[in-house]
Amino acid sequence: MAKNETDKEQLKTLEEFGASLVKQIESGQQPSIELSVRSLSNVVFDEKTRKLGIGEKTSERAFFNVAHAKKFLQTIEVAAISKSLIEIDKTSSLRDVFYMAKRTIPGTKTNVVDDQNESDKAMEDLEIITGFTREQLHVNANKMGSVAGNVIIEDQGDTIDWSKLGSGGWSIPSNVEKIKFKKMNAKYVIYMEKAAVWERLHEDRFWSKQNCIIMSSQGQSTRGVRRLLQRLATEHKLPIYVLTDNDPWGIYIYSVLKHGSISLAHMSEEMAIPNVRFLGVTCDDVTKYKLERHYIKLTDQDTARLKQMAEYDWFKDHKEWQKQFKMMKTAGAKVEIQSLSARGITFISDVYLPEKIKHNEFID
Amino acid sequence: MAKKTDGKQATLTDPVSNSPKAVEMAKKQREIGVAEFFARNKHLLGFDNPRKALMTTVKEAVDNSLDACEEAGILPEVSVEIIEMAENRFRVIIEDNGPGIVKAQIGKIFAKLLYGSKFHSRKQQRGQQGIGISAAVMYAQLTTGRPAKITTKISPKHPANYVELTINTTTNSPDITREEEKEWNKEHGTRIELDIEASYQKGQQSVDEYLKETAVVNPHVTLIYVNPKAEQYVFARASEVLPKKAEEILPHPHGVELGTLLKMLDSSENRTITAFLQEHFSRVSPQVAKDLCEEARISPNVKPVDISRDAAEHLIKAFNTVSIMNPPTDCLSPIGAELLERGLKKEVQAEFYTSITRPPFVYKGNPFQIEVALAWGGQQTKDDAVKLMRFANRVPLLYQQGACGITKAITTTNWKSYGIQQTGSSMPNGPLTVVVHMASVWVPFTSESKEAIAHYDDIIKEMKLALQEAGRLLQKYVGKKQRAHAQLERASIFERYIPEVAYALSRLTGKKADDITAGLNAMVKKDSIQQRIEAMQAVNTEYDEEWAAIGKGDDEDHVDPDETAENEIELKEKKSKK
Repeated sequence: MAKNETDKEQLKTLEEFGASLVKQIESGQQPSIELSVRSLSNVVFDEKTRKLGIGEKTSERAFFNVAHAKKFLQTIEVAAISKSLIEIDKTSSLRDVFYMAKRTIPGTKTNVVDDQNESDKAMEDLEIITGFTREQLHVNANKMGSVAGNVIIEDQGDTIDWSKLGSGGWSIPSNVEKIKFKKMNAKYVIYMEKAAVWERLHEDRFWSKQNCIIMSSQGQSTRGVRRLLQRLATEHKLPIYVLTDNDPWGIYIYSVLKHGSISLAHMSEEMAIPNVRFLGVTCDDVTKYKLERHYIKLTDQDTARLKQMAEYDWFKDHKEWQKQFKMMKTAGAKVEIQSLSARGITFISDVYLPEKIKHNEFID
Repeated sequence: MAKKTDGKQATLTDPVSNSPKAVEMAKKQREIGVAEFFARNKHLLGFDNPRKALMTTVKEAVDNSLDACEEAGILPEVSVEIIEMAENRFRVIIEDNGPGIVKAQIGKIFAKLLYGSKFHSRKQQRGQQGIGISAAVMYAQLTTGRPAKITTKISPKHPANYVELTINTTTNSPDITREEEKEWNKEHGTRIELDIEASYQKGQQSVDEYLKETAVVNPHVTLIYVNPKAEQYVFARASEVLPKKAEEILPHPHGVELGTLLKMLDSSENRTITAFLQEHFSRVSPQVAKDLCEEARISPNVKPVDISRDAAEHLIKAFNTVSIMNPPTDCLSPIGAELLERGLKKEVQAEFYTSITRPPFVYKGNPFQIEVALAWGGQQTKDDAVKLMRFANRVPLLYQQGACGITKAITTTNWKSYGIQQTGSSMPNGPLTVVVHMASVWVPFTSESKEAIAHYDDIIKEMKLALQEAGRLLQKYVGKKQRAHAQLERASIFERYIPEVAYALSRLTGKKADDITAGLNAMVKKDSIQQRIEAMQAVNTEYDEEWAAIGKGDDEDHVDPDETAENEIELKEKKSKK
C-alpha cells in the first residue's frame, strides 16, 4: 500500500469522494459532484498576494443529465485510476491515464474518453475536488525544459551539478518536489520562452559569466518548470527574469508565471511567483535597439488577444503594461527575441541582457 | 363583331324562303324538357359510368329511405339487394321500413324530376333537390327499357300499392304502366326494384364502401346488404336513438342575396317591412327589424312590395352591419364528436384519435356546422397521402375528391406545423385519416350528383378552423410522444454509463459494483417512461378488421392463392428444363 504519510491523505480523500457518491445513490438521491467553475468568470485576482485564485462559483455535475453523464463518468474514472496508482506507488503520465481510461462501453460505440484532452480536463477537475495537485495524485505531465547554472542538487539519491551537463543541460522533470538544493551559487534566474535562445546563452556560457541560472521550456511553461522557479524564488530568494518574444502570447507566459493561469487558478498557491520580472523584449527595446525592421504584422488573433489581456484585472490598472499594450497596438506589429541576432550572434549575451540587468530595465 | 368581312354585309334574309332569318330560327327554338336535358347529361346526376351508376342508384334510394324514416320518427332498417341478371345488367332492390307513400304521390315522387318536399324547406336532410330517385328510374328505363317496380304501404290497415312506372322524358311526368293493390307482409314501408345497366366491383367507390360509411355516420340505422356475389353484410345499428330531429328554419339575414330578397319582397303580403322582416327571417326581433330599417333609412311602416331596388340594396347592407344573433342551431343535427370518433375507430387502427365539432356558422343565410375527426399513427402507412373521408348531411361523398371544398380546406391548411409532411399546397402525407362532415340546411354541391362541396369562402374557413383545432391537438400528442421518446433515449444513455460508473465507484470505495448498478438503474425509470408512452396511445377496442376491409382494395388485385401456387410450379418447371 501507499508508502508515505502524505499519500495516505490522498487515498483517504479519494475514498471519501467515492463514498459520498455511493451514499447519495444508496439513499435514492441522484448522484452529483459539486465543483468550482474553472473559467475566467470565476477567477479572482487577489490584489494583496497578486495571485489568481478560484472564486466561489460552483457547478453541479449530475450523472442524470445528458450533458454531464459522460464527464461525470470520466471524473470518477480518473479518480479510480489515481487511487490505483497511489496504491501501487507508481506515477504515470497524463498520456498513460488517457489509455487507462480509454475503452469502449459495452454494447455501444461510445468511449469513456475519446481524446486525451478529456482525461486531462477530468484530472484538473479531480485536483479541484480533492485539493491535491496532479503530481500528488501520482500523475505527471510530460517533462519539458532545460536548466543550467552554478547549482548542485540531489534528486532520488543522485547528485547533479547543473554546470556540468554538456550542451543539453539538466532536463527538468515534471515533479520537482523531492529535489534538494545542495549548493546554490547564482544571483538570479532568467527564464526564456524559447529553447533556441537558451541554447544560444548556454553555448555562450552566459550563466557562468553572469553567475545566474538559465531555464527554458518550449512555449508555455510546464508545471515542473513553474514549481522549480517558485522554489528558487521562495527558498533562495532569487529574482526571476522572464525573456519572451514581444507579442501578446509572450506577455501571457510572463503573466502565468507571475499570477497563475486561468485554467489552473486553483493551483496558484503552489505555482504563482509574484516577484517575477519581465525583462524583454519590451516595446521600448524595439526602439532602443532599432528592431522595427524585423516587425511582423499582428494577426487578427494577436490583436484580439492583446485587447483581451489589457482588460485582465491584473493588467487593467498597471500603467507600464497598459503603455506596452498601447505601443504594440499602435505599431500593429510584434518582434521575436531572435531578431536581436541581427546585431551579431552574441549580441544578446554580450550586450542586451547584461545591460538590461545592470540598469534594472524590467517591468515588475 | 367589329371585324369586317371583305366589305360585304352579311344578309339577314334567308335565301330560300325569303323571310327574315330570325323567323326561320324561331321555328327550331323550343322548350327543353328537364327530363330530356338530364337524359342527355347523365353524368350531371352521377351516372357517368356503369360502376358509378350502380353506386348512385343505391345511394339515391337509400338516402330517400333514411330521410323518410327520420322524418317519420322511425328507426330505419333498410335492405339493399343487388342481383346480377346478365352481363352488365343488375337488378337493384331497396326496401325500407319507412312511412310509405300515399297512392296519389307515388308517380310524382319516383317519376318526375325536380319534384319533392325538400327543395323548399330549409332543413338538414340528405336529399335536397328532388332529382335523385327519379334520375335512377330514368337511368333504368334508358339503359334496360324496364320500368321501376314500386311497392309501398302506409299502415297495417291499408293494403300495399304496387306500381310499375317510367318517366315521360318529354313532359317530365310519370307514365304508370301497371297499378294494383297487393298483400305485403309488412306494417309499412317502401320497396323499389330497378333493372339497370351497370358493373359491380368491390373496393373503393363501390356500393360496399358507400353503405359501410353510411353505417359509420348513421349509427341508428340497420343496413342489410346482399351483393351480386350473394354475400350478405349486416350493418346492425349501434344506437337505438334517432338523431335529434332537424328543424326547419327561416333564412337568416346574413348572406341573403339581393335577387332572393327582391323576390321575397315582391311576393310578400305583409303590411309593413318590419312585419315582413320578422316573419320571413330567423333571428329578427321587433328591435332588430327597427334597427335594420333605421340603418337602411327605410320607414318601418312602408309596404314590402313598395320597397325599391335601391332600398333593398340598403337593406342587404344593413343585414351585415346590424348585429343579429346567429341562426338557431337546433335546425342542425351534427353527428357529434363522440360518434364520429367511434366510427373512425371501427375503421382505422390508430394510436391517436381526436374530433372537433365547430359551433354553427352561416353562409348565404344558411346555417351550417363543420365536424372533423383525425386518426393518427398505428397501422396506417407513413408514405402515402393522408386518407380523407368526406360526409355531407351524413351522406358519404365518394367521388370528385379533387373538386371538393373539403379537399381545398385540407390542402390550404399548413400541416407542417402539426408535424405532418406536406409539399406546398398539396394533400399532406403521413399515417393520418381525416374525416370532415358538413351539416347544413342546404349543402352547396358543385353538381346535381352531389359529390363535391362548392368552394364557398365561409365554409372553407370554418373547415380550416376545425382542421387547425384538431391539428393542434394532434401536434400536442405527437410532441408529447416525441418528448417521451427523447426521455427514453436519454434513459438508454444513462443505462449504458451505469455499469461503468458503478465499476469506477466500486474501485474507489470497495463497495459492490452490482449494488451501485442496481441503485442507479432504479433511478432511470425507463419502465415508467415506456408505460407512459403506451398509456398515451389510444386503446381501440372498436376496431373491426373485417369491417375495415369492406370497400377497400380492388377485386382485380385479389389474387387466388391456389393460382399463384400453380404458377410457381410452372415457373420452376420451366427453370428446371433450362
